[in-house]
Amino acid sequence: MSREGALNLVVLAGLVALPLWAHLAGETFTVTLATRAVILALAGVGLNLALGAGGLVSLGHAAFFGLGGYAMGILAFHAQSMTPLVDGLLPGTKSMPVIWLTTIAVSALAALVIGLLSLRTAGVYFIMVTLAFGQMFFYFAISWNAYGGEDGLSIWVRNGFPGLNTLVPIQFYGLCFAVLALVLLLSHLVRRSPFGLVLNAARQVPARLEAVGLDPTRVKLVAFVVSGAITGLAGALFADLNRFVSPAMFSWQLSGELMVLVILGGVGRLFGPVVGAVIFVALEHWLDGVSDYWHVYLGLLLLLIVLFARGGVIGLVAGRERAHD
Amino acid sequence: MSLLSLDTVTASYGATQALFGVGFDVAEGEVVALMGRNGMGKTTTVKAICGMVRAGGSLMFDGMPLAGRPSHRIARLGIGLVPEGRRVFRDLSVEENLRAAARPGDWTLQRLADLFPRLGERRGQRAASLSGGEQQMLAIGRALMTNPRLLILDEATEGLAPIVRQEIWAALTGLKRDGGLTILIVDKGLRELARVADRAVILERGRDVWTGDFDALSPEIAVRHLGV
Repeated sequence: MSREGALNLVVLAGLVALPLWAHLAGETFTVTLATRAVILALAGVGLNLALGAGGLVSLGHAAFFGLGGYAMGILAFHAQSMTPLVDGLLPGTKSMPVIWLTTIAVSALAALVIGLLSLRTAGVYFIMVTLAFGQMFFYFAISWNAYGGEDGLSIWVRNGFPGLNTLVPIQFYGLCFAVLALVLLLSHLVRRSPFGLVLNAARQVPARLEAVGLDPTRVKLVAFVVSGAITGLAGALFADLNRFVSPAMFSWQLSGELMVLVILGGVGRLFGPVVGAVIFVALEHWLDGVSDYWHVYLGLLLLLIVLFARGGVIGLVAGRERAHD
Repeated sequence: MSLLSLDTVTASYGATQALFGVGFDVAEGEVVALMGRNGMGKTTTVKAICGMVRAGGSLMFDGMPLAGRPSHRIARLGIGLVPEGRRVFRDLSVEENLRAAARPGDWTLQRLADLFPRLGERRGQRAASLSGGEQQMLAIGRALMTNPRLLILDEATEGLAPIVRQEIWAALTGLKRDGGLTILIVDKGLRELARVADRAVILERGRDVWTGDFDALSPEIAVRHLGV
């Protein structure tokens, strides 16, 4: 097993052991922190597919995160207020599987539209176009008074999943962890698949890919859509964790934070977003208690990582990524 | 019938015109050498065929017009390009480079390993860590894995060590002998081209100035148009 593979296993074991210990020790808040880390990791895995594998520097992934949150919030709001979503036609729901499917569909559709337009550009223009889309959603959410406008939308009771009591923190954590593990497995399979190879090639030199008869824009679009769908699913879980959605889920700061945690852990590395999210949440929690300006320390750490560890923390510990043999 | 047919092809880079009327045919199973001094339009002609530069005039492949098609669609018609320089996907392994390009057909990883045993030995190695010659073999292999009907090689042996050049020329001779592959080859090695090329087209200042059987390429013509 490679060094990186061993490190990934250690991280996975930690994500099982630490919350279990916290649960047994009655440290409920630690379980909640771990849940937050796992959900942000899921969003990061989504972003990493576009950013790491596809080389798409998206500063608008909060759009999908927010769409996931609002899809959950709107469905749950109509279920709890017992009002139809569309006059006499669609009811709301408190069922997580239904909400997740809706979230994935909505986020994927949004990613398709945003991707079709933004992938006509590259480099700094791509960053700006994705940022603009994120801000469009942000301002739309602020002005959407039917669903709370600037104040956001509260969900009274966490949505349900068959066979689980999602109100018990460790059970909700287990559910989020299972989703993350499944998406990591899918991400691993995608990276090793012919599509993953082609996406990697499209990131390196698009013109060379065209010379072998493949359309790099289409390949990147597929990656962007899958990436958006995963980030949207994370948004739905995040909203369920907080039982609250607000326009902040669409903010450019959140897009930046997702990018920061991917860079911290290691861009393009399978477990990069997971390690990054754990570090990010830990710093957010502990440094926030030390200073109101904890972002300064985070910025300093990010600077050190970018300057001295191009592969992020994973690269620092496990070295450069090997070619797949 | 010609597999590839060019007639009065023109091409420009912005305001600078590079091709002023290039025309030649390549028949199925034929190996044609595209020759000329530096800057005469050889690579631009290749780019025009592959849709990498906007071109005027008539470009037909198997009876279908190439003009206006994006380059990945042109490649899908069956044109495999080995571009100038060692253009491999550096972060992928040898096998991944080949698998990324693979399309159904006679060319498989095993057949390629038979053609270039070095690639078979280094299948798990990162492409960036290969020698220049091995990268060039990989670039040829990647184009073959698309199972093309026409293989275009642009300066495939330039800058390589003599022993590696010989290896590549031997492989190209094998391709002609065993596969009957149609090849358009841009190169300056007259002696090596003589082993594989059926015909030659010479370009000068963006125009074709001489076309004929390779055997008919006399020293006088070579001196006049190629400076050798």
